Amino acid sequence: MRIIVPLKQVPETKSVKMDEKTGTIIREGVESIINPLDLYAIELAIQLKEKYGAMLVGISMGPPKAADALKEAISMGIDEAFLLSDKALAGSDTWSTAYAIAKMIKKIGDYSIIICGERATDGDTGQVGPEIASYLEIPVLTYVNKFIEIKENEIFVHRQVEEGSEILSSSLPTLLTVVKEVSEPRLPTLRGKLKAKKTIIPCVKVDELDIAIEKIGLQGSPTRVAKIFRPKVARECEKHFAKDPSKIGPAVNALAAYLNKKNLL
Amino acid sequence: MKNSEFSDIWILAEQHNGKLLRISYELLTRGMALAKKKSCKLCAIVFSSGVENDELEKLIACGADKVISVENPQLEHFLPEPYSACMSDLIEKYKPEVILAGATSTGRTLMPYTAMRACAGLTADCTQLDIESATGNLLQTRPAIGGNIMATIKTPDRRPQMATVRPRSTKPSEPMKNRKGEIIRIKPNEKLMLSRVKYRGFIPLEEKHGIQDAEKVVLVGRGIKKAENIAMARELADCIGASLGATRDVVDRGWLSYPHQVGLSGKTITPKLYIGLGVSGAIQHLAGMQTAETIVAVNIDPEAQIFKVADFGIVGDIFEIVPAMIREIRAKSLPVSVTGST
Repeated sequence: MRIIVPLKQVPETKSVKMDEKTGTIIREGVESIINPLDLYAIELAIQLKEKYGAMLVGISMGPPKAADALKEAISMGIDEAFLLSDKALAGSDTWSTAYAIAKMIKKIGDYSIIICGERATDGDTGQVGPEIASYLEIPVLTYVNKFIEIKENEIFVHRQVEEGSEILSSSLPTLLTVVKEVSEPRLPTLRGKLKAKKTIIPCVKVDELDIAIEKIGLQGSPTRVAKIFRPKVARECEKHFAKDPSKIGPAVNALAAYLNKKNLL
Repeated sequence: MKNSEFSDIWILAEQHNGKLLRISYELLTRGMALAKKKSCKLCAIVFSSGVENDELEKLIACGADKVISVENPQLEHFLPEPYSACMSDLIEKYKPEVILAGATSTGRTLMPYTAMRACAGLTADCTQLDIESATGNLLQTRPAIGGNIMATIKTPDRRPQMATVRPRSTKPSEPMKNRKGEIIRIKPNEKLMLSRVKYRGFIPLEEKHGIQDAEKVVLVGRGIKKAENIAMARELADCIGASLGATRDVVDRGWLSYPHQVGLSGKTITPKLYIGLGVSGAIQHLAGMQTAETIVAVNIDPEAQIFKVADFGIVGDIFEIVPAMIREIRAKSLPVSVTGST
C-alpha cells in the first residue's frame, strides 16, 4: 500500500516579529521548520509501514527551500518525496492549496491513506486536509488521536471530539488528520540523515499537473486578506510587589479582599 | 451564478442526543448582529436523527427567523459525507449568502469538506465578524501567525461566504419574547446518506468538568518548573473550586495533558476568575483567556506580558505566594468546594 503524507514548512512561530509601521511580518532571519504537527503524521505513517508494509511518499507545496522539510521527513523514514513549487502558486489560500495538492496526489497515482497533521502552526486553519479529501472525493477522519487497526480494507481509529473520543472506521482510500496523542515522533537516524543528504527532491511545476491556472495563486483564491493588525490588550492592573518575604502577607491579604469583594471566593 | 442571487445568513446549530449545544446560541448572537446590518433573515440549520419542536422553537426565541431541521437516523452523529451532502444540497436549493459554524470538531471538518465542493471561501476560527458597509461583504477576523497578529479576511466574489467561529468567543443568545419564525423539517434523499465512515462507539472523557465550562480556572505556566509542583496549583484550585489549566509550554513538557491546554492551539476560556501562576502571557496564550471577567496573575517577572491583561497582579515567587494564598483562603474558613466542580 502507498501512504501519502502532505507536509508544510513553517516559520518558527515564536521567532516571528512584526514590522510595527507596515503591519507586515518580518521574514528575514526567521528559521524555517517542518510543521511540528506534521511530525505526528510522519510517525503514524512509519508505524503503519512497520506493521503492514507500505511505501511512504512525502509531498509539500512551497518555495524551493521547502525541500528541506521533505529531507527531514526522509531522515525520519519517509521513502520518497516531491515538492510542488511554482511562482504561480504564491498567495494561494486553503482552497487553492488543497486543489493544487489534490492534483499532485492524483499525479502520484494510487494510494490507500493520506495522513495530514491537524493543522499548520502558521496558518492555523486545519482546513487543507479535509479540503484535499473533499476534492479527491474520499472520506475524511479528522482529529484522529489513536490508530487501532486496518482490517479488510477498512481502517479503525479514535477521533478526538469535545466530549471524548469517537470510535470510527473508514473504507480505504481515506484521509486522516492526526492530533498529538496519535504518536510519539521519532528522531531522525544517522542512516536516515545520510539518505536525506543524498536525496534530490524532485521539484514539480504547475504545468506538469492537470491544474487550471485560474484556480490557483492569489487570483484563484476565494478569500483575501483585507488587513492585518496587532491585537489590543490592556487592563488596569493593581500590582503588588512581593519579592520581599515581608510583603507576601499583605499582598495575599489584598488579593483575598479583592476576590471577596468581587464575590469570587 | 451572481452574488445577488444569494441572500440570508445561516448558522449551523449543533445538537447532541436531540439537545442543542451552547455553540448554537453563540452563533445566533453572531448571526443576529450580521442579519441586522444586512437587513436579511437569519436561518439555523440542524442535522439530527430527530429534534423535538420545543427545542427548535428555542432557536427562534433566541434569534432565528427560520429553522431548517434535516432529519435521518444516519445524521444522529456527525459523519462528514452525509452531513456535507445535505449541506451542499441545501446551499444549492436556498443559496445562503453567509454560513457560520462553530470552530468545533464538527464545524472544522464539515465546513472545509463542503466549501471545497461549493468552491466557496472559508475562514477558520474567527473571533470577530462584521459587515463591510460599502460592499456588504462579510469581514472575518481571526488570530494569525501563532496569534501574533489579527487578520481580517473577506471573500469578495464567491458565495456563500463561509466561516467557522471560535467557541466561547461570544455570549450565547438569550430567549426573547414574542419572536416568530418558521420551522421546516426535511427528510433527506437516502442517496445523500451514504457514508464510507462508520460510527462504532464513543469513549467519554474521564474528567467530567471540562475547563471550558469552569467558572474559575487556576492556570499554570512554565514558571511551575516541574511536574511535581503541579500539586501545589491543584491544591489552590481545589481550595477555591476551580479547574486546572495549563499553557502550551506545560502541556508540551507532559506535565498536564492536552485537554488542559488554554490558548490559540488549545481551548478558549471565558471564566469569571482566571488565576495564572508563572504564566508569562505569550500572545498565543492570551488569545485563549483574555476575555475572562477577572484576571489574577502571579509571576516573578514584573515585566511579564500577563500583567498587561491582568486586573490584579502579584510580582513574586509563586512557590512562596501560592502556599500563602492557600493558607489565607483556608484561614477564612470558607466552604471547601468539591474538586474541579463549579
